[in-house]
Amino acid sequence: MTNRIHQKMQEDKKLLSIYFTAGYPALNDTVQIIQDLEKNGVDMIEIGLPFSDPLADGPTIQDSSRAALKNGMTTEKLFEQLKDIRKTVSIPLVVMGYFNPMLQYGVAEFCKKCHEIGIDGIIMPDLPLDVYQASYQAIFKKYGLINVFLITPQTSDERIQQIDAASDGFIYMVSSASVTGSKSGFGNTQTEYFERIAKMNLKNPQIVGFGIIDAETFHAATKNAKGAIIGSAFIKHLTANGIGAVSDFIKKIR
Amino acid sequence: MYHADEKGYYGEFGGAFIPEMLYPNIEELRSKYLKIMYEDSFQKEFHQLLKDYVGRPSPLYFAKRLSKKHGCKIYLKREDLNHTGAHKVNNTIGQILMAKRLGKTRIIAETGAGQHGVATATVCALMGMECIVYMGEIDIARQAPNVARMKMLGAEVRPALSGSRTLKDATNEAIRDWINNPVDTHYIIGSAIGPHPYPDMVTRFQSIISEEIKWQLKEKEGRENPDYVVACIGGGSNAAGTYYHFLDEPEVGIIAVEAAGKGIESGESAATSALGKVGIIHGCKTMLMQTGDGQITEPYSISAGLDYPGVGPMHAHLHKSGRAEFYSATDDEAMTAGLELSQLEGIIPAIETGHAFAIFDHKKFKPEDVVVISLSGRGDKDLNTYIDYFKLA
Repeated sequence: MTNRIHQKMQEDKKLLSIYFTAGYPALNDTVQIIQDLEKNGVDMIEIGLPFSDPLADGPTIQDSSRAALKNGMTTEKLFEQLKDIRKTVSIPLVVMGYFNPMLQYGVAEFCKKCHEIGIDGIIMPDLPLDVYQASYQAIFKKYGLINVFLITPQTSDERIQQIDAASDGFIYMVSSASVTGSKSGFGNTQTEYFERIAKMNLKNPQIVGFGIIDAETFHAATKNAKGAIIGSAFIKHLTANGIGAVSDFIKKIR
Repeated sequence: MYHADEKGYYGEFGGAFIPEMLYPNIEELRSKYLKIMYEDSFQKEFHQLLKDYVGRPSPLYFAKRLSKKHGCKIYLKREDLNHTGAHKVNNTIGQILMAKRLGKTRIIAETGAGQHGVATATVCALMGMECIVYMGEIDIARQAPNVARMKMLGAEVRPALSGSRTLKDATNEAIRDWINNPVDTHYIIGSAIGPHPYPDMVTRFQSIISEEIKWQLKEKEGRENPDYVVACIGGGSNAAGTYYHFLDEPEVGIIAVEAAGKGIESGESAATSALGKVGIIHGCKTMLMQTGDGQITEPYSISAGLDYPGVGPMHAHLHKSGRAEFYSATDDEAMTAGLELSQLEGIIPAIETGHAFAIFDHKKFKPEDVVVISLSGRGDKDLNTYIDYFKLA
């Protein structure tokens, strides 16, 4: 079958994607959160595999990662929690994390597990394009997994073209030069960047992440792009209101 | 075969495992660092500053009483006599000149013991650049004199509050700062770690140590190559510089001493070669201490500068290939060795450096062996720790 991400990108609407840290607030909240997100109309989910040293993340995701690890989350535990997820959930699911836990699990074994579960894509910000292409692309393809690459306002046009050529599904467009959760709202710099990318006519749709916190920023981000990802703002909402409050958050976005 | 290849690999170790946010910065540095470093004007300015500002060459001193005690010929490479009190300044002088040529105006750094922070704050004052140093909250408490020095030099010291609140976490915070400030900022990494080209660049700036040892030993012993070079290793910058010109000289034994903390099996250690596995930390593939699940472990050492869960990729390769012998010294061994050096030679070493001197607890040398030990830093910053430990007050 075709990858769920491909099907989703065909839909004639702006996509809302949510990131959360698996194993947070409580170890076994993972499945419930995924199911509630789908029920409330979320289009795609990034399931965060927590890491001890999340270099590209701000305080919110650092804290949720630390709490999840303290709760006992591991790679094996996450796969176990997700083993029946496709019985109840049909939107695209992407695993997002850092490369070292994947490397320790074994890249091939990790991809195989993802395939068995019905994961559609992987985002590993610290697995660079050249290393991926040289060593891991064949494994990802074998298991039908889409590897998602990031671009930022500092990424050169030439590099964006390279990343577009290597991508298959969507490009994760980081909205500003920052770690996650540190800036909110978009200024002229972002608007110009969004327009610059839109004019490049890339073959892959772009999903904007970092700095999206509410309906206003969601609409600004998706004016030119196919969709947007909310992470830190959603996690803050869970921290403050508990996992029963997923629908409150999503309703405020659209 | 012991040097970095074009992509920054030492055998299987090294490379640049960085998020895309850092790609433009790292790529700029990678494509320019060698060209800039070996320009005549750069070399001239670098060596002039090393001579007139740092006070190089640092002496190679024959330690007569220590030699007698341990039954071999021991020479000390006196990096402790450099301006700012350690080898760290060799690299910060090089990198600040690099940053200037790259057009950067803001400098960030991480520090453990505070020696690299002080060396960075110093060169920033020298060049009139803004300086922000990230330091673990625990290290701020145990290295108070260096925090005060950085502040006096005009640097801002920002506490790293996450994780174990030591060197690893300070490095995370510095990397995050660089992600947030990609255009005007240069990150002066203090150790032979991080994504390519950092390990190679730092090693080349520190290689002045072994360059000098060669001609100094020739003057004193009539030969350039000692039988052994010994250095302590956290991330491994003083070791990398001490070994550099001997890597391809097979008759020179290379010895690394890591921090065993309270003992390798104690659960409170920083002995990466014994406890580590291959993985990714701070942008490079190397040996690091981690759980089976790939979470990086909190290390422990009494010395803030060695309290790091990885080693530089060059050292991981030297270990794996068998080119270097790795040992580890406990807190107690390092402190005792530091006291011994103080009382036999009148030199109070940094606690980091004390680990290198604990080699004599682990290895017996022959009477004719010429052993050069990198005396990487002085112990002024550690007086409180020494006083508490030996109840000297």
